Amino acid sequence: MPSRPGYSSTVAMDKVYLPRGSLGELYQALVDEGYEVIGPQEQQDAIVFAPLSGIEQLPWGRQEFTAPGQYRLDNASEQRAFHWNTGPQSFKPWLFKPQQVMWLGQETDDGIVFKAPVSDAKPRAFIGVRSCDIAALYLQDQHFMHGPHPDPWYSEQRRQLCIVAVNCSRAADTCFCVSTGDGPEATYGYDLLLDELDDGYLVQAKGERGNRILATLPTQGATPLQQRHAEEQLARAARQSRQMPDADTLKSLVEHLSDEQWLRIAERCLACGNCTSVCPTCFCSKQEAEQDLVSGEHQQVRVWDSCFSEQHGHIAGKNIRGEVSQRYRQWVLHKLATWQDQYQRSGCVGCGRCISWCPAAIDLVEEVNLMLGSRHD
Amino acid sequence: MALTVAVHKLTSCSGCQLAFLNQGPALLSLMEKVTFVHFIEAGLYDPNTPVDLALVEGSVTTKDDLERLKQVRAHCRYLVTMGACATSGGVQALRNMANVDVWKRAVYARPDFIDTLADSTPVAEHVKVDFELWGCPVTQAQLDQLILQLSRGVLPKDDAEKVCMACKRAQQVCVMVTRQEPCMGPVVRTGCGALCPSFGRGCYGCFGPSEQPNGDSLANRFAGLGLQPEEIVQRFAGIHSHTPSHQAQIKRWQQLIVKEIE
Ligand code: SF4
Ligand code: SF4
Ligand code: SF4
Ligand code: SF4
Ligand code: SF4
Repeated sequence: MPSRPGYSSTVAMDKVYLPRGSLGELYQALVDEGYEVIGPQEQQDAIVFAPLSGIEQLPWGRQEFTAPGQYRLDNASEQRAFHWNTGPQSFKPWLFKPQQVMWLGQETDDGIVFKAPVSDAKPRAFIGVRSCDIAALYLQDQHFMHGPHPDPWYSEQRRQLCIVAVNCSRAADTCFCVSTGDGPEATYGYDLLLDELDDGYLVQAKGERGNRILATLPTQGATPLQQRHAEEQLARAARQSRQMPDADTLKSLVEHLSDEQWLRIAERCLACGNCTSVCPTCFCSKQEAEQDLVSGEHQQVRVWDSCFSEQHGHIAGKNIRGEVSQRYRQWVLHKLATWQDQYQRSGCVGCGRCISWCPAAIDLVEEVNLMLGSRHD
Repeated sequence: MALTVAVHKLTSCSGCQLAFLNQGPALLSLMEKVTFVHFIEAGLYDPNTPVDLALVEGSVTTKDDLERLKQVRAHCRYLVTMGACATSGGVQALRNMANVDVWKRAVYARPDFIDTLADSTPVAEHVKVDFELWGCPVTQAQLDQLILQLSRGVLPKDDAEKVCMACKRAQQVCVMVTRQEPCMGPVVRTGCGALCPSFGRGCYGCFGPSEQPNGDSLANRFAGLGLQPEEIVQRFAGIHSHTPSHQAQIKRWQQLIVKEIE
């Protein structure tokens, strides 16, 4: 395995300082720009992105503790709004919806009349997303917007996003973005970027919109000490215990098609699809036809699917992935190896969600390292 | 042409039939699609007129159940089981793991009045079944879908997808991960849209085993969450104890209870 360069932060000199007491003004500025603000908050024992009614709703002083198959929120040592790292979802369900009506139809005497579904896309500002989330967003952009058949529902919402990202000040035990090259520092894809300090925020803007919003905020010059603190906490976030092998090494996974390890994983894997559902880059779906028995109204609905489900492997009257071992193999080979042929990089951004949210506590990184450490078949 | 329908009841609580009756005004509209021929709970008695669709609720627990079931099969085009009892033997199949004579004597003052078979068995163990509606009880959506498809001349496609997939689509946070709730979701089929996880509870598995249920792994996980062998048996024995995949776990963990006692 080639050696990895050490992590070096690039906290930019053009950052300004926003005192903690003025965070509400950032929220208000987004509202004034016409955005519905979507932000992290504590719901269902997790950090969930939902419409934010004010900054007091942010998960102040809370952080998650994760391990394979575990996610627990507890009080953090610091009273910060962004001391946590990830929740079960980020952008994905807002753009690639778990259930998307594609068209509606009504049986009439003159035949079937088709209607377009009502769209709920609108200007939305996301606050608190991370570097790995943005990397995943760009991967989904490639799939849903930049192919030969752009997805209209995804695209419509994507064009109306404003992104206020936060650099991670620590990493959860399941984070491994440094090894995939996707964090912990956000370097692209945001309008505004925050480093959260003890008493306020370093703020950096990109682009016309970001700079316009920043200009309305009561910022001050950032001191060298504040900049050093931001760098130190980024370095802390970059100390991560898991390492995904590099992209070239991952490509060699395709040489392990008949590895016995797939069978050993299948003894534990529940083929439940939690990993692919929480994965911010997975994009598989299937379509269902729904019809109202009495009115004759029907709709074609696209719903999230997974390579772990039976129907996903059902092709031309045959199931090509009947066994759980084959489904796990599909997930790993697509995500990490063949994704590279499809989208010029691996499909994993190192967020660790598939590890903490796997009910069977299967650790993707551990399994992949085991497999690549073993002899090829 | 409206589909002619008979609703039959074997050994059951009648809850699935209520899925029909409880729909209120929608029932009147439904009547435009179907003609009920036999449906005792709705006041119609005509068990032997041939029908397009016989919906059978309940498991076979008596000789009389079995005789009537054969008649039902002889008088319908499609026989569809409705609910857990008819499809897998139901909650009452718990008795298959006990001695029915001992239970009779323990429960009834005059056990000699009780005429029962030793086991509670699903309809498919006795006659050909065209389609199965799992669920305890079934949902109105399942029934609507069935009737819609049948009235267009096709059998509905079976969906044995896991509850987890519905849970994720409904954006429920996994309660097994956050609260260590022993959730049956990964081994049972969906039908309710992950109702229990939406209330912070683990799924009980009302809709029976899913495709590829990895009971071994899930039960191991339950043990890891601190459940005793007896509690693991209870999770799998709840509603569909007579299904092969649940039986495998019940047997596996019952052995451990015995060992612990020894
Ligand atoms: S994976 Fe990296 S960027 Fe994502 S939350 Fe963890 S530390 Fe932050
Ligand atoms: S790896 Fe884990 S989350 Fe993914 S399907 Fe298997 S058991 Fe479910
Ligand atoms: S594969 Fe796992 S760690 Fe990688 S992006 Fe998907 S959920 Fe995150
Ligand atoms: S890993 Fe599986 S669910 Fe994810 S995109 Fe690939 S095939 Fe689809
Ligand atoms: S709560 Fe239950 S049904 Fe939902 S994802 Fe977790 S294990 Fe599956």
